Amino acid sequence: MSAASTATAADVADVVAAVCLVIGALLTLIAAIGILRFPDVLTRMHSATKPQVLGLLLILVALGLRLRDPGTIGLLCLVALFQLVTSPIASHMVGRASFRAGQVRRDLLVVDELTDVLPHEQQHSTEREN
Amino acid sequence: MNAVLVVCVGVLGVAALLLVTRISMGPTMLDRVVALDVLVAVIICALALEAAVHRHTTTLSILVVLSLLGFVGSVSVARFSPGSDDVEAEGS
Repeated sequence: MSAASTATAADVADVVAAVCLVIGALLTLIAAIGILRFPDVLTRMHSATKPQVLGLLLILVALGLRLRDPGTIGLLCLVALFQLVTSPIASHMVGRASFRAGQVRRDLLVVDELTDVLPHEQQHSTEREN
Repeated sequence: MNAVLVVCVGVLGVAALLLVTRISMGPTMLDRVVALDVLVAVIICALALEAAVHRHTTTLSILVVLSLLGFVGSVSVARFSPGSDDVEAEGS
């Protein structure tokens, strides 16, 4: 009875892992289509978040369900933690640089609270810094 | 599990092709950085997929390294692109 129940548990884990793998890969494809089709750096960053966080987490969950080893799952948690900590910082810096360099399509923005706050001479701040 | 491998490799390959198209087209450097970041995520997903299907742990250390490498690359490019000055330098 117990052997049969563990076999079914392993089968269920394999099926869940397969579903997670397929969903993660499809999220990556959706994000790639979005990155190719969207008109702007900010909108492309919006679609870039999906494979970086949700798709990668789904695939790591699937990998943990397939391997079923505590040390390995610790390593996978480390990968997920690195990705969750670092991708908001990278997105913040990319969005900040693109907005301040004027590469944002301002006609597509719904709310723009940053242009009024930015100093007007910030284009010359690089020369002042040097 | 083999059918899952074939489907996911096809989907990830199409996604990587679209991303390489955006990297080569991308009008600004930051577009390319965003697409490169996602390409690193696609590579992590592909390595994890292969490890999950074949049940081995040899590529797990590469996952840790890649998850930090994409961060370092995009942050350094965004930091040294024009317009990303320090807040202190702007205030003075």
